[in-house]
Amino acid sequence: MTGQRLSDVPGQYLAEGLPPGGARQDGLDLPFWNGLAQERLLIQRCGRCGSWQWGPEWICHNCLSFDLGWDEVAPRGQIYSWERNWHPSHDALRDQGPYLVVLVELPEAAGIRLIGNLLGDPLQTVAIGSPVVGLFEHHREASPNYSLLQWRIAR
Amino acid sequence: MTMRGKVAVAGVGETAYYKHGQTPYPEFKLTLTAILAACENAGISPREIDGFSSYSADRNDPVRLAAALGLSDVGLSCMQWQGGGGGAAAAVANAAAGIVSGQANCVVVHRGLAQGEFGRFGQFNLFYGVPGDIAHTAPYGVLAPPQVFAMRAMRFMHDHSVRQDALRAIALASYHHAQSNPRALMRGRPLDEAKYDSSRWIAEPYHLYDCCMENDGAAAMILVSADRARDLPNPPCYLLAGGCGIGYRDGAWVHNAPDYGASGFATLAGRLYAMAGIGPGDVDTVQVYENFTGGVVMALVEFGFCTADEVNAFVTKDNLIVGGRLPLNTSGGNLAECYMHGMGLLIEGVRQIYRQSTAQVHDADVSLVTGGPMAPPVSACLFGSERVL
Repeated sequence: MTGQRLSDVPGQYLAEGLPPGGARQDGLDLPFWNGLAQERLLIQRCGRCGSWQWGPEWICHNCLSFDLGWDEVAPRGQIYSWERNWHPSHDALRDQGPYLVVLVELPEAAGIRLIGNLLGDPLQTVAIGSPVVGLFEHHREASPNYSLLQWRIAR
Repeated sequence: MTMRGKVAVAGVGETAYYKHGQTPYPEFKLTLTAILAACENAGISPREIDGFSSYSADRNDPVRLAAALGLSDVGLSCMQWQGGGGGAAAAVANAAAGIVSGQANCVVVHRGLAQGEFGRFGQFNLFYGVPGDIAHTAPYGVLAPPQVFAMRAMRFMHDHSVRQDALRAIALASYHHAQSNPRALMRGRPLDEAKYDSSRWIAEPYHLYDCCMENDGAAAMILVSADRARDLPNPPCYLLAGGCGIGYRDGAWVHNAPDYGASGFATLAGRLYAMAGIGPGDVDTVQVYENFTGGVVMALVEFGFCTADEVNAFVTKDNLIVGGRLPLNTSGGNLAECYMHGMGLLIEGVRQIYRQSTAQVHDADVSLVTGGPMAPPVSACLFGSERVL
């Protein structure tokens, strides 16, 4: 279960210089970030009751078990919400122009949501509910390396 | 257990308001100035203060304020925990709780901000995230508050077919009221439909005029027991109810709150009305914190002023200005008076009960003030006149 390779789409979506992806210091979300580097989407899931949760927690919000694991999910979802940003809130985006952010829900993981960018024309019409597929965007020159998960409209 | 009617706002005060970075005064001095102004308005000596209450990680710490003011016995030092501007009204509720519990008798609620001294509040910072949240959002260009809060409004608008006009109406009402307010930074700079419509996008669905300003200044209010307040010069302004709220998994990070196309007041609104013993139909005027207009629209629904499906018909400039069905942000609010993270709105909510507003609502007996939408724990207060008690 891998997404389309980003090499089908040239470059990375946003300009260099933004804060990087990567695990929290306490390691809570490390499996997620390691998964992205391997082009796998891993989401936290309770070992006792099977509930999905995101962002990850130390405990299952549903049954209060500490037995939490990570399950792989296909990088397929639908647009739950979106925004088109015009105002650069960071020096790195000074010359970016407008860009699209999407909040993608994963039906295969009880609708948990991930933030990403919507590839393609930044001025495209965006419809909530549109199916999207994920593409991994690797930042191997960064130190440490990290990978992001981007989205494009499913064809 | 209730605080209803046991505490009153004795006085309010503020400094001049400045564009961000423009105040010549240090933040601490602004705070002292506002506190002294509130005491003078209340008709009390600053030496009577025996408690401090603030929010949004305010930097102006009570031990230093007490030392600067020469206070000899302080019994309350209270910071609303988390929520940023969401906690503005909770700082009032917490102060009231301190009085009702007997820990203090005269509590100042204060907020002071000088961004030139400490950096822009509205730029990219760690404030809105849990640890590690940044890594899931910032690499994708979700950085400053407009990007953090735009998608919630977008979802709400989608769910209920809400038009941009409703967001625009909030901005138009705030700017309309600012024109009568000498303190308002946007006085003399009116806003009409055409100007709003042609203004640049910040983060769709927010235009420039959908976003609060960034300002320097300070504001404060003095809370005392209801009995004490009746001996003081201002008309009584009682706290009917106040508190904060976190709804089910509102803190699920990376934008996973289940009730996403919402402002987060749903659980609090019911509790607040129950404590006050009133309903939305009894509210004469509202001050709803505009971090963004979309948040205000959602808040109006959650406080029961209209249903989500009625938004397009109800949320109009005509309904929201003085003389309309629900006068909103009568001093100009965060969009057009000053963005003091909600203290300005609290003060205006009290001034309506004092009958001292620059856009006074006739017979304003019940005044609702909210803290920042979409920033849990969210908060709100209901103030009432003697007639309502």
